[in-house]
Amino acid sequence: MPEILYREAIRDALREEMLRDERVFVMGEDVGVYGGAFGVTQGLIEEFGEDRVRDTPISEAVIAGAAAGSAVTGMRPVAEIMFMDFTTFATDQLVNQAAKIRYMFGGKARVPMVLRTPAGAGTGAAAQHSQSLEVWFTHIPGLKVVMPSTPYDAKGLLKSSIRDDNPVIFVEHKLLYNTKGNVPAEEYTIPLGVADVKRAGRDVTIIATSHMVLKALEAADTLARSGIDAEVLDPRTLVPLDKEAIVESVKKTGRVVIVHEACKRSGFGAELAATIAESDAFDYLDAPIKRLGGAWSPIPYNPNLEAAWIPQAEDIIRAARELKERT
Amino acid sequence: MEFSEEVLLSMYKKMLLIRYFEEKVDEFFARALIHGTTHLYVGEEAIAVGACVHLEKGDLFTSTHRGHGHCIASGADVKRMMAELLGKETGYSHGKGGSMHIADVEAGNLGANGVVGGGIPLAVGAGLTLKMKNSDRVALCFFGDGAANQGGFHESLNLASIWDLPVVFICENNVYGMSFPVKKAIKAKTIAERSKAYGIPGDLVDGNDVFAVSDAVEAAVKRARKGKGPTLIECQTYRWKGHSKSDANVYRTQEEIENWKKKCPIKRFREKLMKENLLTREQAERIDQAAKKEIEEATEFAMRSQEPNPENLEEDVYA
Ligand SMILES: Cc1ncc(C[n+]2csc(CCOP(=O)(O)OP(=O)(O)O)c2C)c(N)n1
Ligand SMILES: [Mg+2]
Repeated sequence: MPEILYREAIRDALREEMLRDERVFVMGEDVGVYGGAFGVTQGLIEEFGEDRVRDTPISEAVIAGAAAGSAVTGMRPVAEIMFMDFTTFATDQLVNQAAKIRYMFGGKARVPMVLRTPAGAGTGAAAQHSQSLEVWFTHIPGLKVVMPSTPYDAKGLLKSSIRDDNPVIFVEHKLLYNTKGNVPAEEYTIPLGVADVKRAGRDVTIIATSHMVLKALEAADTLARSGIDAEVLDPRTLVPLDKEAIVESVKKTGRVVIVHEACKRSGFGAELAATIAESDAFDYLDAPIKRLGGAWSPIPYNPNLEAAWIPQAEDIIRAARELKERT
Repeated sequence: MEFSEEVLLSMYKKMLLIRYFEEKVDEFFARALIHGTTHLYVGEEAIAVGACVHLEKGDLFTSTHRGHGHCIASGADVKRMMAELLGKETGYSHGKGGSMHIADVEAGNLGANGVVGGGIPLAVGAGLTLKMKNSDRVALCFFGDGAANQGGFHESLNLASIWDLPVVFICENNVYGMSFPVKKAIKAKTIAERSKAYGIPGDLVDGNDVFAVSDAVEAAVKRARKGKGPTLIECQTYRWKGHSKSDANVYRTQEEIENWKKKCPIKRFREKLMKENLLTREQAERIDQAAKKEIEEATEFAMRSQEPNPENLEEDVYA
């Protein structure tokens, strides 16, 4: 299997879907000759032309709205919002229009659009260019939320997202773009709503999303050396959520650490923790559920402060050890 | 306005300070001494300086992601700016903000902004305060050509115009919003002509001519101080450096860049001052050396300064 970058995996998915279905097109700020702020769409304009790779003005509200409007009327747009922080501008069209059109119209319409956007801190881009805002969208019936952590998942999930007849918020991570992974040359897709066990283990389940999956795996390696066998579970899609996989894993380990980069307070970890607490897995818990997330402040600029803001592998290790020591 | 020799020379020095500050920052990035990103103002110095020379005590302004020039032109301390860029405790935001978030609210600087167009509605709010306090102060609002296509731009100009708010909207049209040429982003020939849609004056000026900028801003500021409402000024200029620290310039030609460099606003100002016998070669050299020295001192100050304490991470979230 060839090893490719996360960024390339996303590009390959876009390319393959554009070749497969002429209704699929890309639009967003600087997605043309510039190739996207993070280089994801590089080369697409040369291959597909300006008609299907559309540079837009800096107008996030209409990027999202035009995606929804063209989706309802027969196209399959993939819109890019340069930083997840600026989905704030796009939110009205996503939340009040795209998410609700089908239901409000009594099931008579479809909104097959994808909104791709990079989240995440760790690049020194500070308060307005580093946020992970996925949980907002998980609160809106009608939207799906996908958050891949590997090139393989990114490609397979993006293809499914593009083929899905619903609005999908596809959350990438800036620090993942340059990560490598094996991706088969043959066609494949990954269904939305299926979690993936990135590392099997018996002692503690670490549920991690996006870039935190890498940190969880790093933590698991260290934990293994001190005799704690951690399982790392990546939900991959937040909506729909693979509850079964989560419950099954927690039943097996009896301990759970949840880690995401977004602020801990009201983060998706709260939903995961509640899901576990409401399920059969509750009876199997040997210790309270532990959540880790970003600190309660905007994301600071200084590298040391920024690192202190973001959950780190050491935090995951400490949390797992604490749980293990309780029982 | 007829400026005194002293004011003219201080304007000249500020333009140089901006240039040298930016060159130093560029060097820091090239040497990976600064993390994050930055947007350099090289080539656009005449706008900030030509506009900010009209700021009086109590006046306010909002800036952009490309904000170092507005800061320096308004009299900010380059030491504290450089310290902020290096993420130090002594920086304007104690290292928490960085290049895109330098502000000095007490001095009327309502901040650079990482959100394109983010400062425009804020400037309207600042104008509203001034109006409600019956003050004759004004708010300058800097933004780029790209920002003019945000919905908030339209909402802001409309609101400022119906309420006759003392806001001067200064669009820095540097030909591109990142890689996207303004010609492709906007169908109208100029951004200034959008003023018609809001029933306010619009002015189109050569943004590399500090006097042209100054004249236009002066007229708009006068109007605003008299309670006659906002003005939209488009200053045409050019960004010499890449959009941010990383930019391969794939969307423009080297020839275009070189042509614009010939229209250097600083050189132009210097030649004008010399022609009118307001500046001698020796004086120019002295000012140049002084500006360079100030940036060197700022750099040393920033390098020597303390890192912020990570324990203060969650401080200053709430008042
Ligand atoms: C709302 C928003 N969208 C996108 C960006 C990414 N971005 C930063 S600067 C920029 C271009 C801005 O162009 P313009 O307003 O013309 O200012 P210039 O950079 O040319 O000075 C873009 C797209 C952003 N910071 N904020
Ligand atoms: Mg511009």
